[in-house]
Amino acid sequence: MSIRLDHVTYTYSPGTAYEMHALKDVSLELPDGHFIGIIGHTGSGKSTLIQHLNGLMRPTSGHVYFNDEDIWGEKYDRRNLRFHVGLVFQYPEYQLFETDVITDVCFGPKNQGLSEEDRMKRAEEALRQVGVDESLFRKSPFELSGGQKRRVAIAGVLAMNPDVLVLDEPTAGLDPMGRDEILGTVAGLQKQRGITVVLVSHSMEDVAEYVDQLIVMNHGEKAFDAPPREVFSHYKELEKMGLAAPQMTYIMHALKERGLDVDVHATTIEEAEESILHALGRK
Amino acid sequence: MFKDITIGQYYPADSLIHKLDPRVKFVGTLIYIISLFVFHTWGYVLGTVFLFSVIRLSKVPLGFMLRGLKAIWILLIFTMVLNLFLTQGTVVWQFGILHITREGIGTAAKMGIRLVYLIIGCSIMTLTTTPNKLTDAMESLFRPLRKVHVPVHEIAMMMSIALRFIPILMEETDKIKKAQMARGADFESGNVIQRVKAMVPILVPLFVSAFRRANDLALAMEARCYHGGDGRTQMRPLVYQSRDLAAYAVLLAYLAAAIVLRAVLHW
Ligand SMILES: Nc1ncnc2c1ncn2[C@@H]1O[C@H](COP(=O)(O)OP(=O)(O)O)[C@@H](O)[C@H]1O
Ligand SMILES: [Mg+2]
Repeated sequence: MSIRLDHVTYTYSPGTAYEMHALKDVSLELPDGHFIGIIGHTGSGKSTLIQHLNGLMRPTSGHVYFNDEDIWGEKYDRRNLRFHVGLVFQYPEYQLFETDVITDVCFGPKNQGLSEEDRMKRAEEALRQVGVDESLFRKSPFELSGGQKRRVAIAGVLAMNPDVLVLDEPTAGLDPMGRDEILGTVAGLQKQRGITVVLVSHSMEDVAEYVDQLIVMNHGEKAFDAPPREVFSHYKELEKMGLAAPQMTYIMHALKERGLDVDVHATTIEEAEESILHALGRK
Repeated sequence: MFKDITIGQYYPADSLIHKLDPRVKFVGTLIYIISLFVFHTWGYVLGTVFLFSVIRLSKVPLGFMLRGLKAIWILLIFTMVLNLFLTQGTVVWQFGILHITREGIGTAAKMGIRLVYLIIGCSIMTLTTTPNKLTDAMESLFRPLRKVHVPVHEIAMMMSIALRFIPILMEETDKIKKAQMARGADFESGNVIQRVKAMVPILVPLFVSAFRRANDLALAMEARCYHGGDGRTQMRPLVYQSRDLAAYAVLLAYLAAAIVLRAVLHW
């Protein structure tokens, strides 16, 4: 079920005064069952990139492969592809339209051609997994709070049972608690369902904790593509791209410089704590 | 989406035409349109020379000017064909009840040229003037109508807000459409009723968001004490420069030439 991009270039409004090269020769592979982070400053091409993953955008040049099949091949069924690669847009709550929550979540499964009964089962399961309480199922989506709306919208994609779940800045505009809840939910989903998750973010803190692979975008180009600890060790280059490594990276590097033998690759507070205690000989 | 509609698409460039006062360009476009209806035969040479000189001066690639024509080519062909076959006069070709007359060819050509030049003329104005400047120009030019209780300022304000929101709403439509496509929505297949039904998942979120934006904007305007046009001044008031007066002179000379050609020489 892997997705592969092969020298993909995308240009907005080609041949006009507003020409914009949003993606420049991007090649990458998203292997099965991984948790992958895509990170980059605003306007670096993250949203453009992920819309290539389910065939919503067609590369100006280059190819996109799903299971080694070119998705822009002549007879390829891209609508079916979208059920396998579920894409949650930024601010997905703006796409809700039905009269009640559960009917809205059923929209995807209905388009898949499932029976009424199966749709409901899928929708209920998805809503439960993203933590929407049963008492809200029959409410109008427009009555919910921002965080709840976002969960419903994510459930709307999840209910299609995709093999790959792509989320574009799912934490944008949420308070710290809402942010942690959504990220925790997504990480839980990835483990529970064993699906591939692609998480787009512009905050290192968001992704540091969860991802196995980190892709860094900079002005439409892929700058890094490696496990997070390896990427964070380039924290000086990241800063030049308007990004920052997680705070722990800075602290650990500072400690190391002052002579404490700590592991500079620690990114989470827990790892840092352990490494510092170890270095101090308390463990 | 809607890429072909050049009207309302500003093309940024550093040219004399771009720098002209928007009122000059508005009046100039009107004069040009009038001249197109004054011309009879050879006068169109003058119109062509004038049009292409302005295009050269504007530094906008010709391709952009012609893009506006795509939106009207059906109308163009329709007009020309009707004129070609339905004009009475000296028959030059006949097939059954269809016939083409010498006068028909003339009228069809004239209509075609008029329509094409009209669109290009308007495109020059919209390609070289930002929509906001254009509404400023209209507000200023139509100000005398306030005497007869036409709410000129309010109309201009509504126009500039609408213009500001068209690209935003188009972008939003595109986003919502893609979001629903990501959930397997199908807008292409099915009969008319199914297709109209398929629009609901786009229209509902679009209206919700339009109302939300309108609400936010109204609040923001009130927070800045907006209370209509009375006593309101502009941050960049329109002031005529010498080049604008020169442009008016050129326009008047052009109009005079057009009238003289027609009235005296019957061109
Ligand atoms: N519909 C569009 N038309 C023209 N340019 C666009 C459009 N969408 C995005 N862009 C431009 O492409 C670049 C990449 O945008 P995007 O993929 O949205 O970046 P990100 O999601 O990383 O913020 C930006 O410079 C943006 O201005
Ligand atoms: Mg984005």
